[in-house]
Amino acid sequence: MTSIINVSNLSKTYEGGFQALKSVNLEIKDGEIFALLGPNGAGKTTLISIICGLVNASEGSVTVGGFDIIRDYRQTRALIGLVPQELTTEAFETVRQNVSFTRGLFGKPKNPDLIEKILRDLSLWDKKDERIMNLSGGMKRRLLIAKALSHEPQILFLDEPTAGVDVELRKDMWNVVRDLQTSGVTIILTTHYIEEAEEMADRVGIITGGEIVLVEGKEALMNKLGSKQLTLDLLTPLEKIPESLIAHDLRLDNGGTNLVYTYDSKSDRTGITSLLNDLSANGVKFTDLKTNQSSLEDIFVDLVKQSS
Amino acid sequence: MNLRAIKAIYLFEMSRTMRTLAQSLISPVVSTILYFVVFGSAIGSRIQEIDGVGYGTFIVPGLIMLTVLTQSMSNASFGIYFPRFIGTIYEVLSAPISHLEVIVGYVGAAATKSTILGLIILITAGFFVDLQIAHPFYMFLFLILTSVTFSLFGFIIGIWADNFEKLQIIPLLVITPLTFLGGSFYSVSMLPPFWQTVTLFNPILYLVSGFRWSFFENADVSVGVSLSMIALFLMICVLIVWWIFKTGYRLKD
Ligand SMILES: Nc1ncnc2c1ncn2[C@@H]1O[C@H](COP(=O)(O)OP(=O)(O)O)[C@@H](O)[C@H]1O
Ligand SMILES: [Mg+2]
Repeated sequence: MTSIINVSNLSKTYEGGFQALKSVNLEIKDGEIFALLGPNGAGKTTLISIICGLVNASEGSVTVGGFDIIRDYRQTRALIGLVPQELTTEAFETVRQNVSFTRGLFGKPKNPDLIEKILRDLSLWDKKDERIMNLSGGMKRRLLIAKALSHEPQILFLDEPTAGVDVELRKDMWNVVRDLQTSGVTIILTTHYIEEAEEMADRVGIITGGEIVLVEGKEALMNKLGSKQLTLDLLTPLEKIPESLIAHDLRLDNGGTNLVYTYDSKSDRTGITSLLNDLSANGVKFTDLKTNQSSLEDIFVDLVKQSS
Repeated sequence: MNLRAIKAIYLFEMSRTMRTLAQSLISPVVSTILYFVVFGSAIGSRIQEIDGVGYGTFIVPGLIMLTVLTQSMSNASFGIYFPRFIGTIYEVLSAPISHLEVIVGYVGAAATKSTILGLIILITAGFFVDLQIAHPFYMFLFLILTSVTFSLFGFIIGIWADNFEKLQIIPLLVITPLTFLGGSFYSVSMLPPFWQTVTLFNPILYLVSGFRWSFFENADVSVGVSLSMIALFLMICVLIVWWIFKTGYRLKD
C-alpha cells in the first residue's frame, strides 16, 4: 500500500513552553484504519490539529497525498474531513443548512442528494430542519461527522469519536466507518480506549508524552507483545501449587479450581509440553483447557510502564 | 480562488444578520429619530445655519457615519469573535480557503449590513428634513469605503479580543468619542483654533467631512485629503489582518 500521510520530525512547543510533540515520524497508508492510541495529554489532538491546519508546527513537515500542508494547503485540506474532539457546533442554524455550509466552505458545488444520504446514514434525516441547539449530545456528534463527510474527503480524522457516546451511536458510527473504508477512505481515529483500537483498526500507533513509541499492525502488535494464558479446569481443586511444579509460571485461580499458566506466545519454546508432562507425572488431572491472549490494554499498560 | 467558500461564509453571516434584523435595525433607527427630535427640532431651531445648511440637515451625514462606524465594528468583531469563542472556527481554519477569502466573506457581509443600515438612516432622515445629495456617487463611495474599513477594523478587534469586554471596549471608549469630537454635530471651524488643530489628528474627522461634502459641497478638509485618509486607514487595517493570518495570531496555537 502507498502512503497517504507522511509526518516527519514533527515537533510542537506551545506558547507557554510545553512541548506537546517530540520529533514525531508517522506514515499513514492509503485506505487503512489507523488508531492513534494514547492517554490524555499524549499529544493526539495536537498531531491531528497540525495536519488539519488548526495549529502551527514548531518543526518538521507533513505531506498529505504528496502535497505539503503549508505550501499546498488547498490540496491537502480538500482531502481531509475532521471530526473534532469537542462538540463545537453552531446554535441557531438548522442541521441541513449547516452541513451544506461545510460543503460550500470546502469549495464543492451543492449536492442535496448527497447531503440527504449522509444525514440518513447517520440517522439525522428526521432532524434536518431542527436548530442545532435543540439536538442532544449524541446527535451533535453525528452532525459533526456529517459535516466532515459533506465534502467527500479522502481522509477522515475522528478525534476521540466515542467519548461520551451511547452504544447505539457507537454502532452506527462503526458502520459508517466501515462503509467509508470500503469506499476507499482512509480513517485515522484517536482514542484512549484500547477496545476501540482493537475493534476497529488495521494498525495501531501508540503515543505517549508527545512521542510515538510504537506503530504496528494490530495482529502483529498483539503477537509481538502478547503473552498468552493457558487455563486448566482442574478435576479436583488444589490448595497450593505442588513443590514439584514450582519451576513453571503458574498460579491458582477461582478458589483452586483453575490453574493458569502464562507464557510468551512468540517464543520457540512455550513450555507447554513440559508443563503437561510434569502435570501428569504429578497426577494433576484436568477436565478442560483454553488459551487466551492478553488484550491491547495489557500491552499498552506494559508499554507506558516501560517508557516512563 | 475558492468562490464557493466566500459565498458560504458571506451567506452564513448574512443569515445571522437576517435573524437579528429587527434588533440591528430598531436601535439605530430609533436613536436617529431621537437625535432629530432633540438636536434637529428642539435645539436645532435655535441654532443658526451652518455654512448655509439648516442644523437638522447638517447633522444627517454625521449621524449616518456614527451608525455605520459602530455597526461595522460591532457586527464584524462579533462575526469572527463568536466562532472563536464557541470553537466553530476550526472549520474555517481546516478548509481549503485563503486568508483573503475568509476576510472577503466576513468583512463583506459586515460591510453590506452597515451600508444597508446607513441607507435606511438616510431614508429615515428624509422624513424629517429636506435632503439633497450633491454627489451621489461620492456619497456611496464614502459610505462603502467607511463600511469596509471599519468592518476590517472590527474584524481585527474580534480576533484580538479574548473576552466580551474587550470586544466592546474599543467601540465604546475610542470610536464613539472620536465620532462626537470629529465634527459630526458641528463644523470644525466653529471651534477655537487650538482645538481645530487637535481635531486634525482625529481620523474620523476626515470621514465625516468627506461624507458631508458629498451632500452639501462644504467640508472641513478637502475631499482629496478625506479620501486619502480613508485609503490610508484601510491599508493599515489590511496590513494588520494580513499579519494576523500570516502568524496565526490568536487563531492558531
Ligand atoms: N493551546 C495549548 N497551549 C498549551 N498547551 C496545550 C495546548 N493544547 C494542548 N496543550 C497541552 O499539550 C498536551 C497534549 O495535548 P493534546 O494534544 O490535546 O493531547 P491528547 O489529545 O492526546 O489528549 C497536553 O499536555 C496539553 O495540556
Ligand atoms: Mg485530545
